[in-house]
Amino acid sequence: METANIHHIGNPTNRVDGRLKVTGAARYAAEHEASGLLHGVIVSATVAAGRVVSLETERALSVPGVVEIFTHENRGSGAWLDRNWKDEVAPPGHPFRPLHSDRILFAGQPIALVVAETLEAARDAASLVTAAYEVEQHCTELEVKRSEAYEPPEKRSGIPPPPEPRGKPEDAFERARHRIAADYRIRAEHHNPMELFATTCVYEGKDKLTIYEKTQGSQNSQGYVASVFGLKTKNVRVINHYVGGAFGSALRPQQQLFFAVMASLELKRSVRVVLTRSQMFYIGYRPETRHAISMAADNEGRLTSIIHGAVAATSHYEDYQESIVNWSGMMYHCDNVKLSYGLAKLNTATPCDMRAPGAAVGVTAFECAVDELAHEAGIDPLEFRKRNFATLDENMGKQFTSKALSACYHQGAARIGWERRSAEPGAVRDGHELVGLGMATGMWEAFLMKASAEAKLTPDGRLQVSTAASDIGTGTWTILAQIGADALGLPVEDVTPMIGDSSLPASPVEGGSWTAASNGSAVLAACEAIKQTLFKHARKMANSPLTAASFDEVVFLSGRIALRTDPDRGLSLPEVMHASDLDEIRGSGKAAPKLLQMRKYVSYTHSAVFTEVRVDRDIGIVRIPKIVCAVAAGKIINPKTARSQILGGVVMGIGMALHEEAMTDHRLGKIMNHNLAEYHVPAHADIADIEVIFVDEQDEKVSPLGVKGLGEIGIVGTAAAVANAIFSATGKRVRDFPITLDKIIR
Amino acid sequence: MDTPKIEIALTVNGVRHDIAVAPWETLLDVLRERLHLTGSKKGCDQGQCGACTVLVDGERINSCLALVVSRDGAAITTVEGLAEGGELHPLQAAFIEHDAFQCGYCTPGQLCSGVALLHEGRVHTREDIRELMSGNLCRCGAYTNIADAIETVLDRQNAGREAAE
Amino acid sequence: MIRFDYVRANSVAEAVTALSSPGTRALAGGTNLVDLMKYDVMKPRRVVDINRLPLKDISERESGGLRIGALVTNTALAWDARVAKRYPLLASAILAGASPQLRNAATTGGNLLQRTRCYYFYDTSTPCNKREPGSGCSAIGGLNRIHAILGASNSCIAVHPSDMCVALAALDAEVEVVGPQGVRTIPFPEFHRLPGDDPQQDNTMQADELITAVILPPANFGRNHTYLKVRDRLSYAFALVSVAAALEMRDGIVRDARVALGGVAHKPWRDNEAEDLLNGERPDETTFRAFAERLMRDAKGQGHNDFKIELARRTILRALMQAAAGTPQNQSDKVIR
Repeated sequence: METANIHHIGNPTNRVDGRLKVTGAARYAAEHEASGLLHGVIVSATVAAGRVVSLETERALSVPGVVEIFTHENRGSGAWLDRNWKDEVAPPGHPFRPLHSDRILFAGQPIALVVAETLEAARDAASLVTAAYEVEQHCTELEVKRSEAYEPPEKRSGIPPPPEPRGKPEDAFERARHRIAADYRIRAEHHNPMELFATTCVYEGKDKLTIYEKTQGSQNSQGYVASVFGLKTKNVRVINHYVGGAFGSALRPQQQLFFAVMASLELKRSVRVVLTRSQMFYIGYRPETRHAISMAADNEGRLTSIIHGAVAATSHYEDYQESIVNWSGMMYHCDNVKLSYGLAKLNTATPCDMRAPGAAVGVTAFECAVDELAHEAGIDPLEFRKRNFATLDENMGKQFTSKALSACYHQGAARIGWERRSAEPGAVRDGHELVGLGMATGMWEAFLMKASAEAKLTPDGRLQVSTAASDIGTGTWTILAQIGADALGLPVEDVTPMIGDSSLPASPVEGGSWTAASNGSAVLAACEAIKQTLFKHARKMANSPLTAASFDEVVFLSGRIALRTDPDRGLSLPEVMHASDLDEIRGSGKAAPKLLQMRKYVSYTHSAVFTEVRVDRDIGIVRIPKIVCAVAAGKIINPKTARSQILGGVVMGIGMALHEEAMTDHRLGKIMNHNLAEYHVPAHADIADIEVIFVDEQDEKVSPLGVKGLGEIGIVGTAAAVANAIFSATGKRVRDFPITLDKIIR
Repeated sequence: MDTPKIEIALTVNGVRHDIAVAPWETLLDVLRERLHLTGSKKGCDQGQCGACTVLVDGERINSCLALVVSRDGAAITTVEGLAEGGELHPLQAAFIEHDAFQCGYCTPGQLCSGVALLHEGRVHTREDIRELMSGNLCRCGAYTNIADAIETVLDRQNAGREAAE
Repeated sequence: MIRFDYVRANSVAEAVTALSSPGTRALAGGTNLVDLMKYDVMKPRRVVDINRLPLKDISERESGGLRIGALVTNTALAWDARVAKRYPLLASAILAGASPQLRNAATTGGNLLQRTRCYYFYDTSTPCNKREPGSGCSAIGGLNRIHAILGASNSCIAVHPSDMCVALAALDAEVEVVGPQGVRTIPFPEFHRLPGDDPQQDNTMQADELITAVILPPANFGRNHTYLKVRDRLSYAFALVSVAAALEMRDGIVRDARVALGGVAHKPWRDNEAEDLLNGERPDETTFRAFAERLMRDAKGQGHNDFKIELARRTILRALMQAAAGTPQNQSDKVIR
């Protein structure tokens, strides 16, 4: 790609959707109007396992305005085969089919949909629907099922299973000078995006739907609807221009999509279904994990053995899988490694990817263990990590396309003032507070996925770039405009990005931190095609200053195509188009993983997280006055939105460290803190100073843009850094997340 | 039971609306569903997130917990009413400049809450901003940028006041 | 939210008349009632809107002290200059609770009538004696991290969630209520009640009574006081334990000590006998420790909340040290001095 004419990439451009968002004009899924719109409210099961014996709907039906109540007995028909219910990111198993039968597999499972003329009538009536159940035995407690954990027989696409063991980890552990063995627990978390899950399904006439949907993948939802309801794909258009947060929870189609579409097709009316906040606790979640880790090091603090086994929860109907333990075999150099991962079935909904799925929990446990071993070996935890630096992915025996982790260590340590850290835990006091410093390493894969884009240039010098990507707060609208602007040398205001619509060029779901690299590269390629066309026409023009030039010898700058060596000699883009009588120039582009390169190389984003914590010695309250997150993520397209991505990950990491847990009453199989008052996400007062550093990292191989992705990396390692800092402050190892104050004062 | 609707008047962003409402309709639902002012967001519907924050007679409240019938005659400002004649409120502009949002869903509530905070005159420290904005959750984690945006406008406001004195 | 009728009261008398019809609830700020109605925890047949009643003033009483109208919002009360000067403990407690938005809507009377945040009370699919008398208590043997360590019964281990009421308890406030029989004044300790066998009753008011005011007696706690709240996040969360402490000191000796606890019982917790241990003593750590020990003498954990007993001891000690030193907790600054 051109490097001479970069103006917008690397700039902290304000969000192009900013004005719409601060004026309330950005419309989210539940905010689109339709004539004669009906409102649907879901009724949820109150038991965790069994059968619905009877449903009493008479009282609900008598509420004025109620149109219909759907139950398993009168639901619209969906597809018969499992594969028709599988969305793009479905794990192996039998996808959940709402109202499929009388069987209850988890508490909160939908058992009816009340549809009414007004929201209030639907809500009122839904509260009057009662069910009688034949209750069966349930289990929602991971510890109880831990001994029955199994290796998932069918692997989830895109999730590598743990690598084969290498060396002799058990022997090495036995012989080692320094060793630790500990169990860690990270409790279930819920995404809780601020926007309630919603679908507005606009009935456009016979079997044709326009669906405003909270999703991270408009085409994933489109494919699901077409396949489940037997509709033609072209008759299903899914729009998700603005998505009020998701963090993975909207990767898969959620219940409300099925219900809105089903009711719409049955009633031949437009229908909106919105989940309540409580109901959002019964869709996908980050499963609880239990970790048994033992590690050993020699006299010099070199790792000689790593054994990490994890067990995670899944549902009774799908084998949801994450890459949890693999990180432990690739973060540091070690010749003796054994990693294992098992699942245990619980009466819950299938878990769902949540920000840095797998790494967020696996690395948290592992990086706490690393801290424990460094302490045991009497070595500063940062120094310990440096000594064990991995120059290769030792799981796969492949090279990193880049790894500027040392710079992260160096710059992060400098900014937190790591030299202040006392080797002796509990030694630094300030008033009633104990002060500690902790750190951890973070890691996330830099994916390049298949994606397509189109670009269109018009003679007014305006460029449109389109791809069916989603912006869930990630800044996708903005960076695509920047990429387009740079490619054609236009002001960013003259570029109109188009995303959030299933009718646009093919895109994967927005997840895994791959959107900037994948969709961005596709947009770049589409713009390159336009440049080629422009160049071809420009050369042919009478008296063209470019006649003798090759494509490599021209640049696109300030709305012109000009000679690289003499930019004054060139033509404006409108000039070229007018002269050639072109109404528009279109280009299309694709991005795809480089399979040949992947035989030899792997690409990862790295980070080092440094934390200062202050813990009240008596009361156990933890404050985090400062966190520094230093990230090596290749090229940063927009430092402003990029920084926000890291801030968001760090804040969610603080949540994992201190606040977040689903509290399940295992007798009932029900989550009891299913609201934002008792499921604590960090509030403003919990967040003080967060510093984000992007270290310089050039990577020509990772993606055509040199971009690695940022959505996940901010959370990876953060909870461990906090826990390690709490140890530094107090001398107390809390291995059960979240670290609430009772665990500190205990 | 089909309770007759009750006639009330609301002035929303300077526009008077005479509407008939049922007792159980909330201010938030009326704004969103009846007046199609969807800027005010529903994040929990239980007063636990702050996304629905609007100004009622100048004070910030959670509109999801206000039965609209009890607010008969009130003057309401929603996020749609913060800009004047196409010119953004300084806090809206500061939110864009400081990237004080990501997904944008909590933003209208943050802005209404922040605008009220600027008027209330109770902020003396950065800690005060954090505490007095804690009724607005942001799951994207934009808190530090929100505080920066508010601080910027507050500083400018204070500087303006000093200059006037 | 189940449908209901709505009436607007134009006078206190009208409100009281309306309340005498069964299934009627008074609506003020709505921050708790509407929430509970949305969860179908409370299902009034009729709501009487009292927001237009002339109960929005804070006035001086001839005998000293202040009379706070029941409809004075939490914000108006917390930032009232007289309250800030003479009852800073009350202002601080209010500002420790909820959020500015909720405090703008919530009223003085409504705050007293807040209902518990027990998970099971809020979830209509689970047994709860407070919501459904006789159905059982799910919190006993269930999730009870946030539950009572003092004064609980076999029927209910819920706690009262208010911060403001903890300060009012410490300040010996009184509650003025009006019913068909006229006006009566209820001393604060007698207003909220322990669950006993009928936890559905949070307080000693009758269904047809209306709170019209809270009376604050003259007080001398302008200097030595604090409201210290401990919770699971640093703001916008209910208390695990909170302590309202107020000391009247003369010549380095405690003359009048008031300590009320929040988050530990079905009502703001005071123990006058224990407080006597402080009167006439030097305000030092030994004295305060003995007091905390005494206050927790009958504390009983339910499993998950066992930690609250020790937490309460430590919070009491720290609060008393803050009060004695005249360095009350600042609700924005999260460092506990």
